[in-house]
This record gives sequence, C-alpha cells and structure tokens, in this order.
Amino acid sequence: MHPVIPYVTAAFLFGLGAYGVLRRRNAVLVLMSVELMLNAVNLLLVTADTTVRAALPRTGGVFTLFVIVIAAAEVGVGLAIVLQLYRLRRSIGVDEVPLDESGLESGTRADGDPSGGSTVPGSAVAR
Amino acid sequence: MTGSDALLLGLGAVAVGAALRVVTTTHLVRAGLWLVVALGAVAGLYLVLTAELIAWVQVLIYVGAVVVLLLFAVMLTRAPIGASADLDRPGWPALLVGAGSGLGLAALLADVYRWSTVELPTGAGGAEAMGTEIFRSWVLPFEVLSVLLLSALVGAIVVSRPDIGRS
Repeated sequence: MHPVIPYVTAAFLFGLGAYGVLRRRNAVLVLMSVELMLNAVNLLLVTADTTVRAALPRTGGVFTLFVIVIAAAEVGVGLAIVLQLYRLRRSIGVDEVPLDESGLESGTRADGDPSGGSTVPGSAVAR
Repeated sequence: MTGSDALLLGLGAVAVGAALRVVTTTHLVRAGLWLVVALGAVAGLYLVLTAELIAWVQVLIYVGAVVVLLLFAVMLTRAPIGASADLDRPGWPALLVGAGSGLGLAALLADVYRWSTVELPTGAGGAEAMGTEIFRSWVLPFEVLSVLLLSALVGAIVVSRPDIGRS
C-alpha cells in the first residue's frame, strides 16, 4: 500500500472544502464544505494511524472518533443558528448578515413580531 | 500497484470528484446528495485502510445523521427545485486559498512519502481494539466529549427557542 495516495486525497479534499467555505454564500452549503474539511482531517489521521508506528497504537483512530463526535455537535448548533437566522431575516446568505448596531436593532424587532414574515429581506442590511 | 492501491485510487477519485460537485453545483439539494457520495467514498477508504469501526461510525453518523440534518436545514429554509443563481460569491480569493492549500498540502505530503510502500496491519481497527484503546488511554477526553455533546444539544435547543432567555 502506497500511503501517498490517501494523503494526497486528503489534501485535495481539504483544498476543496476551503474553496467551498470561501466561495459559497448559502450558510448550509458553507456547513457542507466544513464537513468536507473535517473529513479530510479524519482521513489524514486514519492514514497516519496505519502508516506510522506510534508509541500508543490506534491513537489516530481514537482521535478520528472524537472529531466525528465534535462534528456532530457542531452541525447541530450550526443548523440551529442557521434556522434562527432564516427566521429573523428570511435569508441565509452569509454576506447579508449585518454586523453593526442598526442591524441588531431591527433584528430584535423582527424577532418580537410573531408573524415573522413581514421583514423585508433587504431592509435589515445596512450598507 | 496492488489491489488495495487500486481501491484507494478509485475511492479517492470518487471522493474528490464528488467533493468538487458539492462545492460547484448550483442545485442546493444535489449538493447534499453529492456530499453523501463523498462521505461514502471516504468511508470506503477507511475500510481499505483497515479502520473498520471508523468506517461504520462514518456511515452511521455522517451519512446517517449529519447529511440528514443538512438536508432538513435545506428544506426548512429554502428548497428551490431548479438551479439557484445566487449561491456563489465572486471567488478569486476562494480559488486562490483553496487551490493554494490543497495543492500545497498535496505537494508537501507527496514530497514526504514519495512512492514508499507500507504493509497494512491486519485486524487493527476493529471495535474491540478501538474500545480497549479508548478506555485505557483516552477515558478523560471521552467523558469530556459526552459533556460537550450534552451542552451542544442544550445550546441548540436554547438558540432555536426564541422565548427562552428573553424575559
């Protein structure tokens, strides 16, 4: 078995994930790209586990399991945030999230509105 | 070039191709389905690399839970049937960073390992061996992770309920 094959695969997966995180506008697609990057790291850990003789055996595998658990927790919290953002703004574009104080003000007002659908998507964005 | 090499090459090509489709497709739902293909191919790579338990955990948690959650999020926010035109940002920096990190890491790892050969261990990644290792050397991180999962779930509930903490 030539270990260079899975190593290079992991490197390409990481590059594609980084490209997706920076390129995508939809927050769910950004989360999918993050999953790709985490998988690249997992593949690297598993490959290192089988090719390198370490003092503690199977440490790479154990760390891969830990990373999978952390990814599950991350995607749970991330999707809760994404759904809340969609409820407030009717849009999940990551470059339409206002970062200044005026956007926050209109955000809390839209949150207090029980119908939730009356917020105009562009109105909350302060440009 | 042995049988495991051919399997690694094929599954790696499938994983990279599906990942390329995930980050370039204009159909929101298809991105999630291509992600299933990519994660399944990575699970196959784990199987070839004798990490049996991790392969099945990958299928269960990633393909079974994480992708289903992502597809739920797609359906709950905006699920257009056709192609969406507004998914991408103009991306020269993305191309630069992605290609730079990917090709740079690939060149680095290829330079380190050249075309060396390693014997695959036999029966090293089964559930018994992994469980022994976890509960012998990594008990404390394991317990901390369970607390982290609990707090993440409580946090997700609090974030998605607007009537909590807003007295």
